Amino acid sequence: MPNTLFDKIWDAHIVRSIEGLDVVYIDRHLIHEVTSPQAFDEIAARNLPLFRPSQILATADHNVPTLHQDRPIQEPLSRLQVEKLTENCQKYGIELYGLGHPRQGIVHIIGPELGLTQPGITIVCGDSHTSTHGAFGAVAFGIGTSQVAQVMASQCLLLNRPQRMRISVEGDLRPGVTAKDLILYVISQLGTGGATGYFVEYAGSAVRALSMEGRMTVCNMSIEMGARGGLIAPDATTLAYVEGRPFAPKGEAWNDAVAYWQTLHSDDDATFEAEYTYQAADIMPMITYGTNPGMGIPLTGHVPSEVPASEAESFDKSLKYMGFERGESLLGKQIDYVFIGSCTNARIEDLRTVAAYVQGKQKADHVEAIIVPGSKQVEQQAIAEGIDKIFAAAGFELREPGCSACLAMNEDKIPAGAYCVATSNRNFEGRQGPGSRTLLASPLVAAITAVQGRIVDITKYLN
Amino acid sequence: MEKFQTLRTTGVPLPLENVDTDQIIPARFLKATTREGFGENLFRDWRTNADGSPKADFVLNNPRYAGEILVAGKNFGCGSSREHAAWALYDAGFRAVISSCFADIFRGNALNTGLLPLQVSDEVLARLLAAIETDPQLELIVDLPSQTLAVPAWGETFSFAIDAYKKECLINGYDDIDFLVNQKPAIEAFEKQRAWTW
Repeated sequence: MPNTLFDKIWDAHIVRSIEGLDVVYIDRHLIHEVTSPQAFDEIAARNLPLFRPSQILATADHNVPTLHQDRPIQEPLSRLQVEKLTENCQKYGIELYGLGHPRQGIVHIIGPELGLTQPGITIVCGDSHTSTHGAFGAVAFGIGTSQVAQVMASQCLLLNRPQRMRISVEGDLRPGVTAKDLILYVISQLGTGGATGYFVEYAGSAVRALSMEGRMTVCNMSIEMGARGGLIAPDATTLAYVEGRPFAPKGEAWNDAVAYWQTLHSDDDATFEAEYTYQAADIMPMITYGTNPGMGIPLTGHVPSEVPASEAESFDKSLKYMGFERGESLLGKQIDYVFIGSCTNARIEDLRTVAAYVQGKQKADHVEAIIVPGSKQVEQQAIAEGIDKIFAAAGFELREPGCSACLAMNEDKIPAGAYCVATSNRNFEGRQGPGSRTLLASPLVAAITAVQGRIVDITKYLN
Repeated sequence: MEKFQTLRTTGVPLPLENVDTDQIIPARFLKATTREGFGENLFRDWRTNADGSPKADFVLNNPRYAGEILVAGKNFGCGSSREHAAWALYDAGFRAVISSCFADIFRGNALNTGLLPLQVSDEVLARLLAAIETDPQLELIVDLPSQTLAVPAWGETFSFAIDAYKKECLINGYDDIDFLVNQKPAIEAFEKQRAWTW
């Protein structure tokens, strides 16, 4: 019977089904300091052992500082959370890539770069951007803290099977249009709740042509249209990326794995409950103007003038917060901050994109430009490639790895009223600090904006 | 988890769409390592000014409205997976949220917290929001065993969907951990036969 990629993986992980619910086996559980302490308490209160601690990996990322990581964390509550994680990992025998560890970094950056993220597996984490790992053809999704405890106790979750959606993007992307623009465009078309209840498979020639980094960016933002997760069938690009990484299968196991992974694709006549197809040529470099990721327009576009009556109150509240008007163009708007980082766009490819543009240029005087690599490995690679010197010469500050100003749980906050072009994933009110105004964009748009100091039509500035 | 059977209360209207979890509980309040006390920071930045004084125009500061049901616009709870959002609503005294669409993770987190996410049609939601704004004393009766929302003043009762297992959990105050731990023999058997061991 024809089957979708998602169903092939899901079916292979069902321990048993009861009354329409599936007991789904979880291969990898990633944890961090913010959503795990109460789960560990739950396990301790019930006097339960961890069922498979070797399948859990921990990192500290959400509220770690990005300066002086060799010193104790200054902020007492942040320090306490990271200490709790360390204590719990020691107590339960969980591998921890904490501060100072050469493998530390944002949970969704280190999984792929270490080869822990592989096709055909199930991955969960108490973080909605777990959808990132779907780029490898894994079923990966975010969970709440009660579910973190459930996986700790049983390596399983009790779940309803989501519906299936396929989003195809066909053709070639225009110059200056990247994976980030592709997904911002899709979300702007479907809306921030447009894929609620679905697991999304991305397909089409434009998706196939993306690098693994680009595919991760696309899958990362699946949650921003409400999808439970997103995934892309593994192919030669996937295999080339995974092979040789520390946790990738080796030797005979690699051959077995590849044979299995090659079966992981939606069958030709598989059916999806929803299907959308877009043309790559319709996608322009994007930016968001509002306070949810669905409020995106081409850089050269205009803020909508009309919205349905039921949305008007939320829409106008959003524009008031951002200081924009209906129907307005954003071109020429002065920007105060540029943040290049987050699990969406803090991989080495993103840093290379920025470096390639800013080499020999200077950021605008009034712009503060911060680059936060996604992991120690990305940071080290940037230094090895001399990218750090390009950033320094252009006036960009390269920090140490963590989630940073994506959600501002550490010291890296954007002041109230200030405009920040960010490569992260959310432009919610106050996301980068109370009163901060976030405009989501690609690393290339962020780099050009930092140099120009204002929002421009980047196609006129491409090298 | 506390048992949930029936709820006879009034509603608090929040007629905004796409209310995200960063608004329900901003990230800077996620640093606590226990489950308690999140209600204090529920909708913190909509509820208070920078100096901590209450914003008069936010509904939770309006003495006209009270009750244990938040009635919110479409796509409630989008964004982060932080269960703290459900904890904050529960801690602040809410026992149910009515909307015409819930983000998936929020819905799951609410059910695991004992907070009922009650989905109605766009039309019923619009009627409820308008009616509560006119009459903050409008009585709402949620009966979980019969899966109904009654509005006595209208003489109308609406049924709502909920997964049968989750309904049992809420009614009895059970959670998934005990169930899953009891599946261990099946889980161990599954581990032995699964194909991928690399």
